[in-house]
Amino acid sequence: MRTAVSSLDLVAPRSLRDALALLRDEPGLVPLAGCTDLYVAMNFGKLPARRFLDLASLEPLRRISARGETLVLGALATYAAILRSPLVAKRLPMLAAAARTIGGPQIQSRGTIGGNVGNASPAGDTLPVLAASDAIVVLASARDGERRVPLTEYYTGYRASVRRGDELIVAIEVPRVAGKQWFRKVGTRAAQAISKIVVAGARGRDGAARLALGSVGPTVVRARRTEAALAAGASADEARAVLESEIAPIDDDRSTASYRRRVAGNLLARFWSDTKGR
Amino acid sequence: MRFTLNGRAASVRAHPMKRLLDVLREECALTGTKEGCGEGECGACTVLVDREPVCACLVPFAHVRGARVTTIEGLRGKHPLQRFFVTEGGAQCGICTPGMILAASVLRQGASLEDVRAGLAGNLCRCTGYEAIYRATRKALAKPRKRAR
Repeated sequence: MRTAVSSLDLVAPRSLRDALALLRDEPGLVPLAGCTDLYVAMNFGKLPARRFLDLASLEPLRRISARGETLVLGALATYAAILRSPLVAKRLPMLAAAARTIGGPQIQSRGTIGGNVGNASPAGDTLPVLAASDAIVVLASARDGERRVPLTEYYTGYRASVRRGDELIVAIEVPRVAGKQWFRKVGTRAAQAISKIVVAGARGRDGAARLALGSVGPTVVRARRTEAALAAGASADEARAVLESEIAPIDDDRSTASYRRRVAGNLLARFWSDTKGR
Repeated sequence: MRFTLNGRAASVRAHPMKRLLDVLREECALTGTKEGCGEGECGACTVLVDREPVCACLVPFAHVRGARVTTIEGLRGKHPLQRFFVTEGGAQCGICTPGMILAASVLRQGASLEDVRAGLAGNLCRCTGYEAIYRATRKALAKPRKRAR
């Protein structure tokens, strides 16, 4: 049954500083932004908390900007904003490709990149892109100011992360990604589907590869051994065998472990042939 | 809380976390906005907030403070989309229709079939009447033909 709103509180900060002070004083407050995950939980009576911190008014966190070679995505940048951004189109087209596969226009207009990271689902569609591109999660707190954690070290287990209760994700920083970028999501239909498996990769001219996968383990997986095998000139079959040892898919509502294993290998082969040459 | 509803200033008292969907239907008595799945999958509750389509079942009322909200009632039955949904058979059971029309209303004039499909990807029709919906939408968005001299 839906959670009664009368049992809930929404705290509205006046600024980021104010938001961080509120989180310091009450680390159990749950940050709320696009609500595309939280309100689904509410509608099914599965909210994780009773008190929420409303980030929607923190306009500066919506910005997408560049700082030298680094692309800075404010935590409140929506998928729609990512799709409209010439900076993203130029520097990180695989992120735009991921944003395009998330929900439909209604979800893209509300859902945020910070929410995708914070929600910590192993099926989060932008996470393989961020993992493959060595993105950094910027966490802010009243106590420590800012600290930076690589996305690949951010998750500690299924839906668990290094974020403390008094910290807020304020931005995602993405360094320049060399070479050709590639993204592919496999779901039940093109829109409005949670991924069965999702893959992002990049291939440099020198053959260096970056590869990350979602929905094949408790957290997003950066497939470093597979990358090393590809860079060393492994055949598609050899690389596929290495990838199999790096992922740990399960059977769940959306798919099966054996399907995911097989499709992961197929997508690896497709990634390598699609990015060949030039 | 103040916002603009269908072009008119509105002031409504409701819990800040109440779903926009429920505020529209209960406080504002605008029942054209339908609830389908309650999880952002079906798009039946689509309304526009500052010209962007949203699922009203996933939007806290607090988030429309000062915003312009448009519901199906705001099109007053006169929008070309409404006319073509009727003449092309774009409405069957009708539950998805308000959401379909609002999602379609932000597409550009002269939108291609691909644009229309992408623009309506967040709206499900349980009667599966998509072809008629796409046809109605494309006719409504068609660029006016230049008159031959």
